[in-house]
Amino acid sequence: MSAVVARRSFPGRALEVLRDMAARPSGAIGLALVLGHLLMAVASPWLAPHDYKAISATLMLKPPSATHWLGTDHIGRDVLTRTMLGGREALLVTAVATPVAVVWGGFLGVLFGLIGGRVDDVALRVVDAFLALPKILFVLATAAIFGASPPVLIPMLAFFYGIPVIRVARAATHDVVARDFVSAARARGHSTLAIIRRELVPNVRDVLLVEGAMRWSWMLLTFSSLSFLGFGVSPPTPDWGLMIKDASGFMSFAYWAVLAPIVALSSLIIGINLTADALAKALGVDRAQKAPG
Amino acid sequence: MVRLIARRLVLGLATVALVSLIIFAGVEALPGDACTAFLERDAQGQLLENCRRDLGLNRSAPRRYLDWVANLLAGDLGRTANGQRPIADLVGPRARNSFLLASIAALVGIPLAIVLGVITALARDRLADIWLSAVAILAMTVPEFVSATVLLLVFSVWLGWFPGVVLVSADAPIAALLPQLVLPVITVTLVLTAHILRMVRSSVIEVMGSDYVQMAVLKGVPYWQVVFRHVLPNALLPAINIIALTIAWLLGGLVVIEIVFNYPGLGRLMIESITKRDLPVVQAIAIILALVYVGVNLLADLMTMVLNPRLRTHHGGRR
Repeated sequence: MSAVVARRSFPGRALEVLRDMAARPSGAIGLALVLGHLLMAVASPWLAPHDYKAISATLMLKPPSATHWLGTDHIGRDVLTRTMLGGREALLVTAVATPVAVVWGGFLGVLFGLIGGRVDDVALRVVDAFLALPKILFVLATAAIFGASPPVLIPMLAFFYGIPVIRVARAATHDVVARDFVSAARARGHSTLAIIRRELVPNVRDVLLVEGAMRWSWMLLTFSSLSFLGFGVSPPTPDWGLMIKDASGFMSFAYWAVLAPIVALSSLIIGINLTADALAKALGVDRAQKAPG
Repeated sequence: MVRLIARRLVLGLATVALVSLIIFAGVEALPGDACTAFLERDAQGQLLENCRRDLGLNRSAPRRYLDWVANLLAGDLGRTANGQRPIADLVGPRARNSFLLASIAALVGIPLAIVLGVITALARDRLADIWLSAVAILAMTVPEFVSATVLLLVFSVWLGWFPGVVLVSADAPIAALLPQLVLPVITVTLVLTAHILRMVRSSVIEVMGSDYVQMAVLKGVPYWQVVFRHVLPNALLPAINIIALTIAWLLGGLVVIEIVFNYPGLGRLMIESITKRDLPVVQAIAIILALVYVGVNLLADLMTMVLNPRLRTHHGGRR
């Protein structure tokens, strides 16, 4: 399925792909949203107009005003400030966990795809069994028992989201292994490691890049759901999921407090999805018929 | 084909066996057990010992696993951590409620998604497609709790059309539950429809571009006959698996949606049990959800096999 990649120098090809993505309207919007959110996550501590944990009894659930552009929440904190800061923890955790998930899942997938036979069959059974697990239940239980700090969440998310990657990488490898250029490399007497590095990785990499982008958005979704359910980020830290949960109780008379984090979180996830679509098109990877996970 | 079906059934059983092992091992790996949860965290000595003996927790882990599986096969889910109630009493009505929510959403959503998916594919890049696809993409990317909260805000708080938060008990009769079901059902249907619609759309577009459809068009077969006789049977077959995967995936989303609406289903029971560290209940819910996942996928594979004429050969198509 993956197009056979012409080997070109790394920065040259990356720039070409980025240019291709930005040339599509949806890709340009997606990239702008993702970059905007990343910049905001880095710069928000200096940009935020108020103290994110400053409580005020006189300012509870006040509508937007000149000093508080997006109003205040149920304990008088500035909604704009908290919305600006609310994606930092989520982005930090998922930005570390996503590459880890793609690398370990991708490595195992390529390995199983290459070995094939009995080992591959058994591995696929185990992967399928893990996919059948109610992921959210295990994530919730782990977070409830060990706490939802980044050192707990990163390995856990990286583990669970790496498993579907094994499947994708394995399928992509199967597609490539049957091709003539791999047989040719074998016939030339290259070692297995050399074949993986020189023939497989360049061809599987594109599929994994797109897969990684999709995993990133699903991981963010899980992270925010965790906060929303009260098992994630602990209270003083601003987080969109938690803000939506807190504010939803008051939304009949203070909708601004719930709408601000909703718009922020949705725009980031939509941005990632648009970027992933544009990336898939730019790299020529087939993303159709991919089920959610 | 009989061999193919038998093979698929055996694989399904193997997956279930593995899943039960992983769930047991996973719950085992969490610190604490039913007794530490029941008797304070730092309970020690005789009290803990007695409790463990009463609940049979002093047996070896493999032994407890086998007992658990044997009981499951006999239809016994065990008792809650404090030993007071059979888990089946707790899980039964909530599973019914979740099933009600999911099945209404599926009954409405699947036909709707197929019709809209075909319409968007046939009207590709025209106004109807652009709007429907935009709504679908929005519904499938935004987190479930966000769409649920927005729907709650618009239809319950602002418009006042439907009751928002559910206030009935888990074992209420279905009739009492129905009016409260409207918004949760709309939310689940929205997400479900969005996913399936997109898949059906791309499937139909792919088949429309295939050589045999081009051929039929060039032969002068009427447009609607091409669509119904040539395109749809081939485009909708892969949709069965996608529908199954979407339903299976929705099990996770259902949890969050149930919490938003305070709906007394399995998802809420799961959250409550995790909060109370009631590991036997967590374990029971995990195996139920996993069984539904495997079952739905198995059903979809079997349906595809039965409906796909290419698999009706002697040795069947190899997957």
